[in-house]
Amino acid sequence: METLEQIKTRLGAALPLTKLDILPNECPAGERSLLVESDRAFDVAKFLRDDAQLKLDYCSNVTGIDWPEAKIKTKVKKMVLVEGAEKEVEETIETLRSGHLEVVYHLYSMELKHGPVILRMRTENRTDKTHLPSLTPLWRGAEFQEREIFDLYGVIFDGHPDLRRILMWDEFVGFPMRRDYVAPDDFEYEPTPHDEVLVEAKKHYPAEPKAEVKA
Amino acid sequence: MAERIFGLALTPEIFVMIDEGLKSELQKQGVYVTSLQELYNWGRANSVWPLTFGLACCAIEMMAASMSRFDLARFGAEVFRPSPRQADLMIVAGTVTKKMAPLVVRIYNQMPEPKYVIAMGSCAISGGPFKQGYNVLKGIDRYLPVDVAIPGCPPRPEALIHAIMTLQEKIRNQKLTGPDRPRHLNAEIEGEYPVPAYGEHDLEPPKNPEVWQPPMIKR
Repeated sequence: METLEQIKTRLGAALPLTKLDILPNECPAGERSLLVESDRAFDVAKFLRDDAQLKLDYCSNVTGIDWPEAKIKTKVKKMVLVEGAEKEVEETIETLRSGHLEVVYHLYSMELKHGPVILRMRTENRTDKTHLPSLTPLWRGAEFQEREIFDLYGVIFDGHPDLRRILMWDEFVGFPMRRDYVAPDDFEYEPTPHDEVLVEAKKHYPAEPKAEVKA
Repeated sequence: MAERIFGLALTPEIFVMIDEGLKSELQKQGVYVTSLQELYNWGRANSVWPLTFGLACCAIEMMAASMSRFDLARFGAEVFRPSPRQADLMIVAGTVTKKMAPLVVRIYNQMPEPKYVIAMGSCAISGGPFKQGYNVLKGIDRYLPVDVAIPGCPPRPEALIHAIMTLQEKIRNQKLTGPDRPRHLNAEIEGEYPVPAYGEHDLEPPKNPEVWQPPMIKR
């Protein structure tokens, strides 16, 4: 199969794209992915599916990721002149990452027996601009998984044929897989509490006041 | 219950147990004597018909228990009924999610009396490994009167057989008259259990206080 760089150049030639990045992945598998802007994502996906050299006709799974706002600390080594001699100094740079929701598609080709090509899309933020194009019209198998991501993360897929909750009930409010979801406090007696449950247990079972010692 | 069985008037005396010594003495002479209560309970205990109803992996063990290797049929409980109208035992086999709980209660309401519930596995008892989660009911005993609870994740088929034998023991010892008679012989007790509604985060109400109260333990 072509490398991601080759796919990227061919995509850039075929479609007028403003943003198309290759995201590195530092895990041992090292599977890199294509990050596309959400307005052109449908066209990119259609290209990947219909292109004669790729023919990615099978979407094996769709994943949702929640990236809340966070301060990211990165350590950078710098050469600094100290008393006339150059010295290596480590500096930490804090950058603020804006929150967003991400959807990842794993694409394979059944016909040419290759893959995966990993496609990522990101929403603008986590609150009001959470729209992404649905790829269900291209890969029918994405239907339930996109519904699940809508249900648990709150990504709204434009063009999805039947977008409603799939795992939670319809009356449910909120998106339980988001990092900041707080479930209602319904703690109950736990025989052997530990870790987070122990913290909860201590809140609900205050320590018994010590019996007064008679003088 | 019919007022007359085999031409006998159903007076409280007919349910009273017979003296054990007299009974065994008569048996030696070839006369078998029993009380109507014993006969009635014997019949019910040996033909417990469970509902074909599984929610998660515990249901696999339930199926195994009813198949030839473990052979639940030896205990008169082999006829798994696909309709709640014909069943008298509900084996809650598996995780009860909050989305599923109202349906479980509704199925239970559709079963005719006398009916019994076995909570099979950690999830059905307490929510199991999912207890602190947002979507799993912390035990079916919040809505239904559970007769026998089987611990395990999942319990072995032997454990389910043991639970059915325990339930049979319970049925055999039920008294048909008096204040502690079973629910189906007491017209004053409401037969239906309230079905919870879906709320914004949890079920409304989160428990049936008539069936279950949270344990209060001081630490």
